[in-house]
Amino acid sequence: MTTTLAGRRSAGPTEALPAPLHTRRSRFGWLAYLVLIFFALIYIYPFLIQIGTSFKTEPDATGSPLNPIPGTWTLEAFRQLGQADFPRWFFNSVFVTFFVTIGRVFLDSLAGYALARLHFRGRTAISGALIAVMAVPGVVLLIPKYLVLVQLHMYNTYWALIVPLLSDAAGVFIMRQFFVNIPVEVEEAARIDGASIFKTFWSVVLPMARPAVITLTILSFQASWNELPHYIVAAQDPKLNTLTKGVATLASGSLGSGNQFPLKMAAALLMTIPVAVVFFVFQRYFVRGAGAGAVKG
Amino acid sequence: MTTFSGQPGLEQTLGQAASLDAPARPPRRGRSKGPGIRGREGAAGWLFVTPTIVIIGLFLLLPVFAALWVSLSDWTGKGSPLGAHFVGMDNYDALLGKSGLAQRNLATSLRNNLYYVILVVPLQTILALGLALVLNRRRLRGKGFFRTAFYFPSVTSSVAIAIVFLFLFNASGVVNAVLQWFGVRGPNWFADPRGVLQLLLGALGVDTDNPPSWLSAHRFLGLSWWQWLSGPSIAMCAIIVLAVWTTGGTFMLMFLAALQDIPADIEEAAAVDGASGWQTFRKVILPQLKPTLYLVVTLGLIGTWQVFDAIYIMSQGQPSNTTLTPAFLSYRTSFTDGKWGQGAAIAFILFAIIVVFSLIQRFVMRERKTLPRRRRFASWEGK
Repeated sequence: MTTTLAGRRSAGPTEALPAPLHTRRSRFGWLAYLVLIFFALIYIYPFLIQIGTSFKTEPDATGSPLNPIPGTWTLEAFRQLGQADFPRWFFNSVFVTFFVTIGRVFLDSLAGYALARLHFRGRTAISGALIAVMAVPGVVLLIPKYLVLVQLHMYNTYWALIVPLLSDAAGVFIMRQFFVNIPVEVEEAARIDGASIFKTFWSVVLPMARPAVITLTILSFQASWNELPHYIVAAQDPKLNTLTKGVATLASGSLGSGNQFPLKMAAALLMTIPVAVVFFVFQRYFVRGAGAGAVKG
Repeated sequence: MTTFSGQPGLEQTLGQAASLDAPARPPRRGRSKGPGIRGREGAAGWLFVTPTIVIIGLFLLLPVFAALWVSLSDWTGKGSPLGAHFVGMDNYDALLGKSGLAQRNLATSLRNNLYYVILVVPLQTILALGLALVLNRRRLRGKGFFRTAFYFPSVTSSVAIAIVFLFLFNASGVVNAVLQWFGVRGPNWFADPRGVLQLLLGALGVDTDNPPSWLSAHRFLGLSWWQWLSGPSIAMCAIIVLAVWTTGGTFMLMFLAALQDIPADIEEAAAVDGASGWQTFRKVILPQLKPTLYLVVTLGLIGTWQVFDAIYIMSQGQPSNTTLTPAFLSYRTSFTDGKWGQGAAIAFILFAIIVVFSLIQRFVMRERKTLPRRRRFASWEGK
């Protein structure tokens, strides 16, 4: 995206432009940086404070909130977290996220491929129904989801945390959109060679869709790692708390006395790290995912 | 997939939904293939979509109907909802018709959320557009760095961010320390139920303890006009800041993508013709951004009416119900108070509100489109 832009832009006859334009650009140049640096500070400083405070003692955290560098470094907050239920929450989050991500990528790809390529009766109706379903606001489903989970005897189990998240309409459409744009000839060659439909999908089409699969993997990982409302209504057993739900209970201060700010910041920091790592490694896929809407709009 | 405030996912949803208009049908296969292959394809097609249909049917479609039934019943959360008694529109009547606690709570939550929407949607749109415009300048150093910095909050967990903001807005926290530099004594954010609009009116000389009788005498949905006019509470303002800060980055990326699709020559042509920076933006750039603007406002409206995470983590509707929102009220009414029928009814009322707002927004933004984009551009060129 950026490269094409740079190419296009630099192709313009910059030298030939009239003088006023140049002066205007440079006049506003430093202002642009000033604005950007100001906002970057607003966006980055909270994270610096989060990191710093998690290594502080409690009096230090309340005493000098603005200074991200601890007066005395301590790992007390992390030690306390280790003794509390935090490791269990972390494990639950990893466990749930792992299965949700695998399930989503596989099932969304399957359905996306069927909707893009396979001719079957009712295909248009299914596409339409999926879009209609996406329009239902998630909050409206909060209570009813609980009702269904109870009726299915899944409430308060790992199944309840995982199964409802295993497929999502948006992911199906991301994959469908990608498969539509892959040339048909490759598949036809595979089919003529006698490969079954699933085999064609699995070993010919899916490898070609690698960028889409990576994008979907990352989006699914991030969505299930950060999910909160679904976990709230799917279980009440503290043993099934994921990070989001567990740390949310920390926010209301259930652990001991005092503000516990270093402890809370440490918890927030630890739950942010996995997403942050994935984000910095696969940044361009995130950007693609978020931009998908706007480009099409 | 989370569809709550500020998390990416929703934009995907809508963006992909819009893209269904794009040519979807693959080129037709050769006609020589017999019906056997078609049949096999049909079976495989159904097999491939079945897991998704089952999951979405069970956990999306069925719940909607289940909730519709519960909202018309007196289910108390024990036993099967099917065994509950049908009570007709009683739950809706208690919320909208009869005066009482249920009605007052719903009205309060609607008021709070309305102020939240009115402030968050324009602010986040302006912030996102502004950042995108500055970032889109050519020959900008550190473009990637700034983009990452602004987008990062959107990918992190709402829980982690909410906790950090609880610390920042704590009475002796960072925000108040910064306000101290300017000689302002910051409020005790999350414990302060005072309405900002009422504070403003108070500063203008209105007696807030004895509000004008024409405001306190009239009531709508159990709240006096004066209560409706409270404005967002100070506690809600902190949550508003959080929402704008978090979602700004996602929408900035959308604007940035749209800006990069505008050919540089158009801007250059405008500049050569002597258009000022503002003119170029207003008459050349902005019309091109219309579809994105439409998308961003739509997503903003849908997201802000559903705010739940931040409320659940930060305030649980407190202080004095001034951060109560319909989404959280629906949850609280069902899970804490055990009034499942009423909770489900609130969810449907919220659903209706989101639909109505989307329709209004669609109408308003389509209306302005009546002048074709091309002619606009031409008329500017003619000047």
